[in-house]
Amino acid sequence: MSKISLKNIRHSYMDNPVDDIDWALKQMSVDWSDGGAYALLGPSGCGKTTLLNIISGLLKPSEGEVWFGDQEVSNFPTDQRNIAQVFQFPVVYDTMTVYDNLAFPLRNRGIPETEIDKKVREIASMLDLEKTLMTRASGLTADGKQKISLGRGLVRSDVNAIMFDEPLTVIDPHLKWELRSKLKELHQQIGTTMIYVTHDQTEALTIADQVVVMQEGQVVQIGTPVELFERPQHTFVGHFIGSPGMNLLPCDFDLGKIVYGGAQIETSNQLNVDNTATRFEIGVRPEFIRFADSGIPVRVEKMSDAGRFSIVETRHGEDIIKLLVPDGGHVPSESAFLQFDPKHTHIYADDWMVD
Amino acid sequence: MDNRRSNKKAWFFVLPVVALVAFNAIIPLMTVVNYSVQETFGNNVFFWEGVKWFEQVLNSDRFHDSLGRQLIFTGIILSIEVPLGVAIALTMPRKGVWVSVCLVFMAMPLLIPWNVVGAMWNIFALPDIGLLGYALNSIGFDYDYTQQPLSAWFTTILMDVWHWTSLVVLLAYAGLRSIPDAYYQAAKIDGAGAWAVFRHIQLPKMKRVLTIAILLRFMDSFMIYTEPFVLTGGGPGNSTTFLSIDLVKVALGQFDLGPAAAMSLIYFLIVLLVSWVFYTLMMKNEGQ
Repeated sequence: MSKISLKNIRHSYMDNPVDDIDWALKQMSVDWSDGGAYALLGPSGCGKTTLLNIISGLLKPSEGEVWFGDQEVSNFPTDQRNIAQVFQFPVVYDTMTVYDNLAFPLRNRGIPETEIDKKVREIASMLDLEKTLMTRASGLTADGKQKISLGRGLVRSDVNAIMFDEPLTVIDPHLKWELRSKLKELHQQIGTTMIYVTHDQTEALTIADQVVVMQEGQVVQIGTPVELFERPQHTFVGHFIGSPGMNLLPCDFDLGKIVYGGAQIETSNQLNVDNTATRFEIGVRPEFIRFADSGIPVRVEKMSDAGRFSIVETRHGEDIIKLLVPDGGHVPSESAFLQFDPKHTHIYADDWMVD
Repeated sequence: MDNRRSNKKAWFFVLPVVALVAFNAIIPLMTVVNYSVQETFGNNVFFWEGVKWFEQVLNSDRFHDSLGRQLIFTGIILSIEVPLGVAIALTMPRKGVWVSVCLVFMAMPLLIPWNVVGAMWNIFALPDIGLLGYALNSIGFDYDYTQQPLSAWFTTILMDVWHWTSLVVLLAYAGLRSIPDAYYQAAKIDGAGAWAVFRHIQLPKMKRVLTIAILLRFMDSFMIYTEPFVLTGGGPGNSTTFLSIDLVKVALGQFDLGPAAAMSLIYFLIVLLVSWVFYTLMMKNEGQ
């Protein structure tokens, strides 16, 4: 087990990439520390699976290097990288029993049968597969099959990382929760690095210690769930994470002052006067806005109940501003004023947070 | 709970099919049955013979010989074409421009009419002017399919392999193409070698199409007529007289309609029985 580093990785599925959009993965360097639980979060087609396949060696990047610890493995084939991967659709070897399925990766590596037996039974009990151990794998339900796929990764004691490529897509919702907590539990037991690809923010935020957010072939932020929530480095992170997402309001930048709705806005970060960006936005999450006696004038338009709080939709000019009001909180009926919490109000220049 | 109601009128909708099947299968078959239990000398005069023709056919050395030849031929054909077809399918590209090129080349032999195939190989294999026959002789083989039974068998089998292996290839290829990439990726991650991938992924996934391929090749090769008829005419001697060629000789050459009818029915039952047994065995583990 060791740290996994991607150094200046870039990948295109085309032979002669020219434009920016020809690159499925734009240049990036990412370190995955040993034993971490990572989630790779982003919308479909943002390059998550590409990145995963580069780590596992199923795909060779157009440029850049892959390092496991202090060894470069860029040219190692998949089976020498000691990576386990669980795919979106469960892969089981139909003709084999559950036991043989779990033993398969070990048998391929010529491990003695007594050791295989011990390992297989250990993993089967971790995954609650003991009862079906001797039945044919093809007869199992989707979640049973996915457990087998997972088990085939876990039986190997030498794996550098286990990677999950949206493994719960085909699982029934009520079993998703169960498998997810099982995964978390397993990670704590075995301590192997885990990289979990998903486009579901709840999944990412509950499973991982560190979330890597991707957009259009780029890593936009790596951080803990709290960091992603409180200090999104990119407007995409603000918008993608959180429900509802962050409010992004186009603002004016005038003589070093940030102006929105005729009022100067206090933000957590400051802009340099000579900032050359063309587009400035204020980002503030609905959680950090409240009604006040003065501030930004808005009209209350819509209100929807979301359990312990209500989501209130207000309008200022062209912009929709959403905010959360706790249950029982006062919501003005038509015109009102909003106050943003300065500690959680950020300024973005050309989509990136300014430091 | 069964909410379906039975509606006797539905039978009327099946009538056209029943009529069609009756005319093109049942009635001709019953004619054959009719002939197989009677003797006729023409003029529509029939004499009841019971199972005499069946006994005669089943006890005749001639029938045993052609049945034996037929079984050996079909056995050889299946044991060459199926593994070869699978092997070719495995080497075909999975994507890219070469896919269609390969498919067209593979489909070509299948598009040639059977008697043309026979005629082509007849000329191709002639020892004095045919490319194959002449070449074999000039590199030292004593080859003459018009005189030597072994050469005739070799040519017939080669011709059939050339003509029909493509069918197995196309079916096997279709089976291979239906395997999702994730299986190959998972196998790589599990450290499986090429043989393990074939044994545990490709072969099981090809099982259905291979069942169809083997059944088709069994039935076709067991009933082969046109190609060996054009190529060798069943000779030299009787060496390539397979069941259907023999049957035509009995029925149309000697005009022994009774024995020919009995032979037809026995032939038909063998094909039916073998196909059924084979299909049942192959599908035993399905449907779980």
